[in-house]
Order: sequence, then structure tokens, then C-alpha cells
Amino acid sequence: MTAELLSALYVFMLAAFIGFEVIKRVSPLLHTPLMSLTNALDAIAIVGAIVLAGQGESQLETILGTMALVAATINVVAGFLITDRMLGMFKTSGPKRQAGQ
Amino acid sequence: MTPRELGIEIAYLVATALFILSLKWMSSPSTARRGVRAGEVGMLVAIIGTLLHREIVDYRWIAGALVVGTIIGIRLGMVSMMAVPQFTALSHAFGAICVTMVGIAEYSVMAPDIPPFTMAVLAIEVILGSLTLTGSLLAAGKLQEILPQRPITYPGQNFVNLSILALAVIAGGYMVYDPSQSLLFPVIILLALVFGALMIVPIGGADMPTVISLLNAYAGLSASAMGFAIDSKLLIVAGALDGASGFILSVNMSKAMNRSFTNVLFGAFGQEQTSAAGDTNRPIRSASPEEAAAILTAAARVIIVPGYGMAVAQAQHKIRELYDALMRQGIDVAFAIHPVAGRMPGHMNVLLAEADIPYDRLLDMDQINDDFPQTDVALVIGANDITNPAAREDRKSPIYGMPILDVDKARTVMVIKRGMSPGFAGIDNPLYYFDKTLMLFGDARTFVGSIVREITGGEG
Repeated sequence: MTAELLSALYVFMLAAFIGFEVIKRVSPLLHTPLMSLTNALDAIAIVGAIVLAGQGESQLETILGTMALVAATINVVAGFLITDRMLGMFKTSGPKRQAGQ
Repeated sequence: MTPRELGIEIAYLVATALFILSLKWMSSPSTARRGVRAGEVGMLVAIIGTLLHREIVDYRWIAGALVVGTIIGIRLGMVSMMAVPQFTALSHAFGAICVTMVGIAEYSVMAPDIPPFTMAVLAIEVILGSLTLTGSLLAAGKLQEILPQRPITYPGQNFVNLSILALAVIAGGYMVYDPSQSLLFPVIILLALVFGALMIVPIGGADMPTVISLLNAYAGLSASAMGFAIDSKLLIVAGALDGASGFILSVNMSKAMNRSFTNVLFGAFGQEQTSAAGDTNRPIRSASPEEAAAILTAAARVIIVPGYGMAVAQAQHKIRELYDALMRQGIDVAFAIHPVAGRMPGHMNVLLAEADIPYDRLLDMDQINDDFPQTDVALVIGANDITNPAAREDRKSPIYGMPILDVDKARTVMVIKRGMSPGFAGIDNPLYYFDKTLMLFGDARTFVGSIVREITGGEG
């Protein structure tokens, strides 16, 4: 238990550092799509819901799991869809690049 | 470890790597769509891996839920760009429902013999999940204007809110000590739900960018807590990435509004709106669309400063016509985007991109502020406090210290505004009384449309 906990904490810490470094570099231009993308990514809680809905251990679990799964699926699908729609609208005016401004 | 288990773990490892790449590719507009693809593939790999799970015996409910969720998700994902802030809030709520439900189920499966650490993360998971759920729903309601946008405050509000949160945490702490107190579990959830709602009550519209970022961080951390509870590294990583993202954005937003981060963390927003409207009798200069068009066409460089008023008036497409008309005459047009313009971080960029304005014309505050002194015309459309020079000069002003766009340094300033009422924060804007400032009174969309007609000679 303790070893598992420690390695989980290490993973959390490293992921948080990576998150800070990577997200710091995201241009303010893209902050809205960034938010909807991370929103879609944290719907990864869907994996917990899937196991719960499929275990068939008790009725309560199946009901909670199915509801959780519907909610998480909405979050995943809508999150990725709107992020992609938003990014599809970002067009450049041609050869001129942002760095040159 | 059986080959099947190994396969699942490898799928999760691949998904984790893809999630990190996905955020890395978001750094630039040219790779961002690849980033979304990476995220989608990662999610798909993780879901397929999970479906192979040995413990799953019945796929009927899973299939049904996936189909229903996808149908609703597609409908929700097709919202207009105007509605993106409330959509994002609503989407956070769905994620929070998932996390909270799974937390409840985990508890009911494991009770009463739950190791202290697992109980602690379960408590954190449901507290964060529940407060994100009601907080996001209320924020979405305010953004959609189902609920009043006006902040509602009363004396002792912070004390009440924090006490409720403290009670939830204490109850959670007690359950770590004695996990068999199963009646306390719903109490924790209820308290967190109430706290989440109360947290949003004092929030006004202009504070929404900070709040949405904060809810984003809470949603991520709740997913991370769930990862600890079910021992899933994939969830821990994805949640930590999201948490970091929300945290960075809320710090950025609070800096851009000159509020301390503790101010943000405890949800104590919208408290300083008592400032008087100031002297309304001072002389101002106003201009007609014809005069505005003449000044714009005489300029060599124009910077347009959009604010939430542009979104409300749906003026972005008319602004695109103005941009085209001026660019055709060889006038250099750029857009200055303040970090908290609009209702969520980057909101203005999305609306202007939707109107087909090239993104390399959309510059953030740090990129463009030095350009104002060399600018002939700064055209402010539906923005107020983010252009208020009092933030720079007047130590007594409630927004003193807030970084602003230096529109007052341009040779001429034109402000499109419905009337002389002060902005969201209720603070008078000295910019409007400068000799070089021209007030253009009217609806932003109609007014910009009239200017375009003047410039193009009627065919616009």
C-alpha cells in the first residue's frame, strides 16, 4: 500500500510539473480551445465508469456506473468536438507569421 | 500479470503519452488540431483498453450509455461559438457528475473496511466533484443569463462559505478515522454541493474567466483524486495536467484583473463595486459614422480593441467587414486582446476567428501594448475597464494596478458604446473625457455597419 501510494504521488508530482511546463507555452490566442481540450481529457474518468457499469456486482453500482458513463461520454464527445470546431476556424492571413509581428 | 492485464496497462501508457503530446501540440495554432487528434486517439485507446477489463461481465449497459452519451455529446458540441463559455461550464458539470457517481459507488463497494488513505482520496474526490458540479451548473446558468449575472453579496458571505467547506472537510477527516460512518458520506457530498453553489453566487459576469479556469482546475484535481482511489496512473496524469492548466489560467486571469491568488482561491470576487460613477457633466466629444469613417481611412495604422460588448452585440462579423475594407485601402489593422476580455480566457480570439479574421492579427496585451504610441486610431468596441487609464495612474481607483491596454497612447481613440453608463466594475473611465477621444454612441453592430457603408461607398 505504502509503495503504491508513493509511486502514485511521484506520478502526480511529475505530471503536474509537465503540465505546468507544457501549458505555460500555450499561446493566449488558444486559451479557450486549451480549456475545452483539457476538459475533454479529464473526462478520462470514463474508464472508472466503464468498469463500474459493466461489473454487474450490484444494482446500485450498475445504475451509478451507467449514469456516470453517460455523463463522461457527453463530456468526451462534446469536448473534443467543440475544440476541433474552434481550432478549425483559426486561419492565418498567409505567409506572414505571428513571430514577425 | 496476465497478457490481458499487460495489454490494458500498455494501452493506458500509450494514452498517457498521447495526452501529454496533445497538450504540447496545443502550443501553436499550426499544430493544435494535431493535438486534438492525439487527445482523441489517446481517449479511444484508453476506452478500448478498459473494455478488455476482466471484471466486466455485462456490456449492455456500457453500450447503451456510450450511445446515449455520444448522441447528447454531439448535439452539445454543435453549440454556437457565442455559447462556448457556458458550454465549457456545462461540460465541466458532466465530468463532475461522473467523478462523483464513481466515488459514491467506490465507497459503497469498499465500506466499511477502507484504508485511511483510500478513504481520504475518496473524500477529496467527492468533495471536488460535487463542488465542481453545482459550481459549474450555476456558472453556466449565469453565463446563459438564466440566472441573474449580477453578483449577490451579503456580509459574512466568505465566512459562511468557508465554514460549509470546512465542515465537509472535517466530516471527511472523521471518516478517514472511522470509515464505517456511512451516514456521513452523503453529508459530505451535500455540503460540497451547497458550497459549490454558494461559491458562484457572489460572482459577476466579468469575473467569469477566473471562475471557469478555477472550475477547470477543480475538475482536473477531482479526476486525479479518483486516480488515487482506483489506483490508475492514467487518471492521475490526465487530472494533474488538467489541474495544472486550470491553475495556470486562473493565476493568469487573476493577475490580469489585479486580484491576488488567495482572492481567487476563496472565491471572494466581485466585492469592490461601490465606487461612485464620478462627474457625469464633464464635456465629451462624440462623432457620427461618417466622421469615424473619415478618421479611419486617413489612418495608417488602426488597432481594434474588442470586449464583451462586442460579443453581446454580435458585432464580430461587421468588424470583419471593417477589417477587410480598411486592409483593402492599405491600412494596417490589428486586434488587441486583453486576457480577461469576454467571459472566458481567449474568448475574443474564438469569436474573431469565427468571423474569419486571421489569427496572426490577434495580438495579446504584451505583444501589442508598445505599439499604441505609433498607432493612429485605437477603436474600442464594447470594452471598458480594460482600457481605463485610471488603473495605471489613479492610486485611489479600485482597479489601480490592473494591467490595461494603453489605448490612450494612440493618436486618436474612438469608443463605441451604448451610452455613458460606467462599466461592469462601476468605475468611471477618464479615457472618455480626453481631447483625443471620440465617443461613438450606438449599438456596436449597427455602428460598425454604418462605418463600413461609409468607407465602401454603400456597397458594403
